[in-house]
Amino acid sequence: MIPAAFTYRRAESVDEALRLLAEHGDDAKLLAGGHSLLPLMKLRLAVPELLVDVAGLRELAFIDDADSAVRIGALTRHHDLANSALLTREVPLLAHAAGTIGDPQVRHRGTLGGSLAHGDAAADLPAVALALDAVLVLRGPDGTREVPAGEFFVDFFETALEPGEILTEIRVPKQTAGWDFQKFTRRAIDWAVVGAAVAGDAVALVNMGATPLRATAVESALAAGASPAEAAEHAADDTSPADEPTASADYRRHLARVLVRRALENSRA
Amino acid sequence: MRVTITVNDTEQRHEVEDRTLLVHFLRENCGLTGTNTGCDTTSCGACTVLFDGESVKSCTVLAAQADGHAVTTIEGLSADEELHPVQRAFQERHGLQCGFCTPGMVLASVSLLQENPSPTEREVRDGLEGNLCRCTGYQNIVDSVLTASREEAAR
Ligand SMILES: Cc1cc2nc3c(=O)[nH]c(=O)nc-3n(C[C@H](O)[C@H](O)[C@H](O)COP(=O)(O)OP(=O)(O)OC[C@H]3O[C@@H](n4cnc5c(N)ncnc54)[C@H](O)[C@@H]3O)c2cc1C
Ligand code: FES
Ligand code: FES
Repeated sequence: MIPAAFTYRRAESVDEALRLLAEHGDDAKLLAGGHSLLPLMKLRLAVPELLVDVAGLRELAFIDDADSAVRIGALTRHHDLANSALLTREVPLLAHAAGTIGDPQVRHRGTLGGSLAHGDAAADLPAVALALDAVLVLRGPDGTREVPAGEFFVDFFETALEPGEILTEIRVPKQTAGWDFQKFTRRAIDWAVVGAAVAGDAVALVNMGATPLRATAVESALAAGASPAEAAEHAADDTSPADEPTASADYRRHLARVLVRRALENSRA
Repeated sequence: MRVTITVNDTEQRHEVEDRTLLVHFLRENCGLTGTNTGCDTTSCGACTVLFDGESVKSCTVLAAQADGHAVTTIEGLSADEELHPVQRAFQERHGLQCGFCTPGMVLASVSLLQENPSPTEREVRDGLEGNLCRCTGYQNIVDSVLTASREEAAR
């Protein structure tokens, strides 16, 4: 499978990438690790005319300590998240979840920014960003704005990114409470059928609707004093999981309750 | 576009379409057919090569993305007639049968051992989760990687 013809440009700076996006509008797409975009292009589900490769922008590949938070460049690869000593110490949920993505080859290419910008509800890091109350920094022609993860994921593969904007940085508060990540896959490198991320009293779900979700009913139950097992019974409340031959909606709702219970119990053990 | 990629320590400069995949660049422009295409969907790992020393699936990387970078294929792993320790271990421990998955399996193993020189059996299995083999049942592949890691440690 070969993608439809396009023009490849390598941006030498964020400014150059912004300019190329502005000049080419809807015909242009950013290329980071390419591990979501290139498979879609090979299937011709995406047919951009211009690819603006930003993978080489070292200015967007960093993991820095910023007092109560960790600042992460959007082009930081899954492999570097998983192997960062700073992240493992301060935001272990993110480091751990990044290490469960796909396989080593995928983690050598895929980036945090690409994963969030792609906006796939079945991906792991969007739910993790939700559970951690991360803040996303977006740069556009008119400057920079900050969007909380809770407002970033809008709909099926749709995010708050406006055309012409680039996700440059993710700010994640340091974790201070127990955490856990549960992911149920059919085979080793598969995407999650359902996943659950817990950070303290925050609970987020992978693949239980059009977007990654906060399990607000579970969180309210916990706040009202419910035990992890009682609260987890609400894991599928207000969700709309996909109904597929390989995993029915009912099966996904069941998995959500089981995985949230496990994640809550492990996070408190 | 014109791309220049250092493949197995040799500069390969070719005019290609922007959409050319790295696996096709290696096989068709460089004539290096040791890198196989299996699934073509980033699932099987047969096309694994080293990109700046790290394993990647070359069916999901553009030649353009590799412009200015270094790529190692199975042909470049051993100097002269001397096999790379991982290749030798695959031979000694029968880590292959039909051989189709082997170039990718060997390069994924080299990358794994570079990151983790003394892996446990569990870590070898996890580290090779992106590479499928239809023949061996994996046991001898895992044995081969563990053997290579012990031999390297002993040197
Ligand atoms: C075999 C396989 C298995 C996988 N398994 C998993 C898994 O288990 N869990 C999981 O979560 N993911 C999985 N993935 C997806 C992987 O994590 C991708 O790398 C990731 O989703 C996208 O990141 P990328 O850097 O490759 O982005 P790209 O593919 O380069 O880009 C994806 C989209 O985001 C846009 N984009 C990229 N960067 C930016 C930016 N900085 N600002 C604005 N827009 C941007 C692009 O234009 C494109 O639309 C898998 C992928 C493969 C091929
Ligand atoms: S051919 Fe590239 S992963 Fe199968
Ligand atoms: S040896 Fe035949 S596919 Fe692995």
